[in-house]
Amino acid sequence: MTLAPPPSALRRALLLSAAVSVSSAIAQTGPTTNARVLKVAAPWEIGSLDPSKTGYIFTRLEVTETLVDVDASGQLAPGLAVRWAVSPDQKTWRFAMRPGAVFHDGSPVTPEAVVRSLQRALAQPGILKNTPVQRIAAVNGEVQIELKQAFTALPAFLAHNSTQVLAPASFAADNSVQAVVGSGPYKVVRVNAPQKLETAAFEGWTGKRPAVQRVEYLATGRGETRGMLAESGQADLVFTHDAVAIERLKRNPRLQFHTLPIPRTLYLKVNAAHPLLKDIKVRQAISLAIDRPGIAQAILREPKAAATQLFSPGMAEWHVPGLQPLVRDPGRARQLLQEAGWAAGADGLLRKDGRPFKLTLRTFSDRPEQPPMATAIQAQLREVGLDVAVAIVNASDIPAGHQDGSLELALVARNYALVPDPIGSLLQDFSPQGGDWGAMGWQSAQVTSALESLSTTNDPARRSRLRGALSTVLQAELPLIPVAWYQHTATHSKRVGNVSIDPLERSYRISHITWGL
Amino acid sequence: MNMGWTLAARQGARLLGQGALVAGAVGVLSFAMTRALPGDAAYRIAAGRYGYDMVDTAAADAVRSELGLDRSAADQLLAWLGDLAHLRLGQSMVSGDPVLEEIAHQLGHTLQLSLVAWLAAMVLGLLLGTWAALRGTHWSTRWIDPACTVLRASPAFLLGVVLMLGLGVHLGWLPVAGHGEPVHLVLPGLALALTLLPGMTQVVRTRLQQVLRSDAFEFAQTKGLPLSAVLWRHAAAPLTLGTLAYAGMQLVLLVEGVVVIESLVAWPGIGHALVHAVISRDVPMIQGTALAMGLLFVLLNGVMDAAVQWLDPRLREPAGRSAA
Repeated sequence: MTLAPPPSALRRALLLSAAVSVSSAIAQTGPTTNARVLKVAAPWEIGSLDPSKTGYIFTRLEVTETLVDVDASGQLAPGLAVRWAVSPDQKTWRFAMRPGAVFHDGSPVTPEAVVRSLQRALAQPGILKNTPVQRIAAVNGEVQIELKQAFTALPAFLAHNSTQVLAPASFAADNSVQAVVGSGPYKVVRVNAPQKLETAAFEGWTGKRPAVQRVEYLATGRGETRGMLAESGQADLVFTHDAVAIERLKRNPRLQFHTLPIPRTLYLKVNAAHPLLKDIKVRQAISLAIDRPGIAQAILREPKAAATQLFSPGMAEWHVPGLQPLVRDPGRARQLLQEAGWAAGADGLLRKDGRPFKLTLRTFSDRPEQPPMATAIQAQLREVGLDVAVAIVNASDIPAGHQDGSLELALVARNYALVPDPIGSLLQDFSPQGGDWGAMGWQSAQVTSALESLSTTNDPARRSRLRGALSTVLQAELPLIPVAWYQHTATHSKRVGNVSIDPLERSYRISHITWGL
Repeated sequence: MNMGWTLAARQGARLLGQGALVAGAVGVLSFAMTRALPGDAAYRIAAGRYGYDMVDTAAADAVRSELGLDRSAADQLLAWLGDLAHLRLGQSMVSGDPVLEEIAHQLGHTLQLSLVAWLAAMVLGLLLGTWAALRGTHWSTRWIDPACTVLRASPAFLLGVVLMLGLGVHLGWLPVAGHGEPVHLVLPGLALALTLLPGMTQVVRTRLQQVLRSDAFEFAQTKGLPLSAVLWRHAAAPLTLGTLAYAGMQLVLLVEGVVVIESLVAWPGIGHALVHAVISRDVPMIQGTALAMGLLFVLLNGVMDAAVQWLDPRLREPAGRSAA
């Protein structure tokens, strides 16, 4: 039987309902692009209101302030504290608050409120725990911090987001954080944890009135999504782009692409006590075998990312321009290995006393670049006859392997900007026992004493000499083999102006942004 | 009437039993699977709490002693099951907030999204399937089968990205990601609906084709009834029943898609929370979210069964008589 075509009424109804659903979907899209709300997208979720956890989101959005700030050139600058001074014995610091500073609930910023926040920070696992702080108190209208021993980097530590100052009203009876009441130019309007945060300019802010009055922050975990938010113009300020998307974003005429080195270095953590890696010549050979420009270009898509020393050029005080750069020279690498007693077998792989050179390189996938970088290094080491297996492990296997001594080689990314002064990280990484993420089975009296002096000396010339000496030793002995300097990527839409990207990722500098063109 | 109530009570009891079984199984399994993951949980939890850069052995040790992670596995599991019996889900190891509170917040978002997707798939599937069946082998329906095959073979992630690129970036009609306004539902809802659509369309078409070929249908037409009336009288009931029963099974696909799509479009739902809980080894959150999803599945399936039973006159007969 042949079926009669459906009567036109049914057909019309079908078509109509389809048309209605499409047009209603389109009609709803109109009002979403609000011209006066700055939209920010970044990978970091608002996991907690607690400063010690994801407090950095609130400092980046300029909701909260720290006692000490960092200016555009990376130098320490007044934050909530207008000035600070240290006693002659270097053990007592005093910080004076900015006069007229008020919290978003209208209450004045008192030294007592600051002390409460700092004491809370001291009690949590975090950066302040690594300082010799003994006592924090409000004395004569100032915040006084007493130390067990001299520690010149203290102001830098007080720029860390975990030391941000919250109003007393922020805390619940059990001392947990129930609301983020800060003192910055923006106040929280709504927290829709874990992904959305809305802020608005704070009327009580005594500084310059920002052009951007309302901000919407969206935590967007996936790189693809962030890329599309930027491309579609649905987010004005987008941080951290996938390497594969960079070329496309650069070509987009509506976007301004930013890339700048941040103080984060990807390096090989080496177990220098391991029989195969004890010999400095072997470590130098490994370094000479690595094609850093190739890795930077092919994996990080940024030629400037190839490391020539441990500290990136962005770390102005620590980068030593005159240092002999780390380069690739497979011929020299083979020669050094030969001098160390290693000879190529029939398969081209090196042996000594009949035993092959065989190591495992651990890395983890929290940062998507690390596994391909590890396999690139594996291939490059094989070219000079070193047999390295790559193991993609859990990030926790690096500190665990350090503690139980089973780690041989690991590719890790170390952040030197937890505080504006990398001394905190370095003290951990190069302590005589080594560090979870730093040196292993290696120590140098020169480095230990340089770090000790650096944390107690204020004299700029002496500090500069000490930093130079430190870098020279690290470059020569290679307890860590630098591979690449991380690049921070961001885009902004051209409807906003005066955007600058903070290499230390402390602030999105939204209060400086203007509505463009 | 009385018979109907006993039936409802029996079904309710069965649902409760199923729920309890699923709760126990999901809790124990997710606990066991999390324990079996490589790496030290204390480091992962510390990374989830304080950020990846702040993690060292000291932070991990602090987390371990605070959360009692060095207790035996049996102790920890028994404690969780005991809490569950008192309807307590514990606290997130990462944020420290009660799991129940977090899930209550996320569940609303997930239900909203799933409901929109499921309804969209039902409506679109009914329209498309009906149209295809009525058109028969006409050339204009030739694309439906290949399209269904392609959709069926496409993972939700791919569908989501394609829609985001097309509707969000190139056409600029829809927001790529975010939540809060009704328009934010459209894109993820559509992406999820597309994962359900092929099955729905094919079921509707097959059912309707069967009806169209039936003697009853042919007789009604020769009787002179207009097609719309014939469809309403003879096709609507079997079509609805078949589609509902199938749509219930489709919920599995939906749950799977929700996990992926929520992460993609930054939707603060349960799927997204589950992914993050797994990454940071937040066992109570993993158990809680998996539990919520499992129970939701049981509940929706039960509702679907009840709806089918209520709609189908053959099943509505009291159990005693049909057994006889």
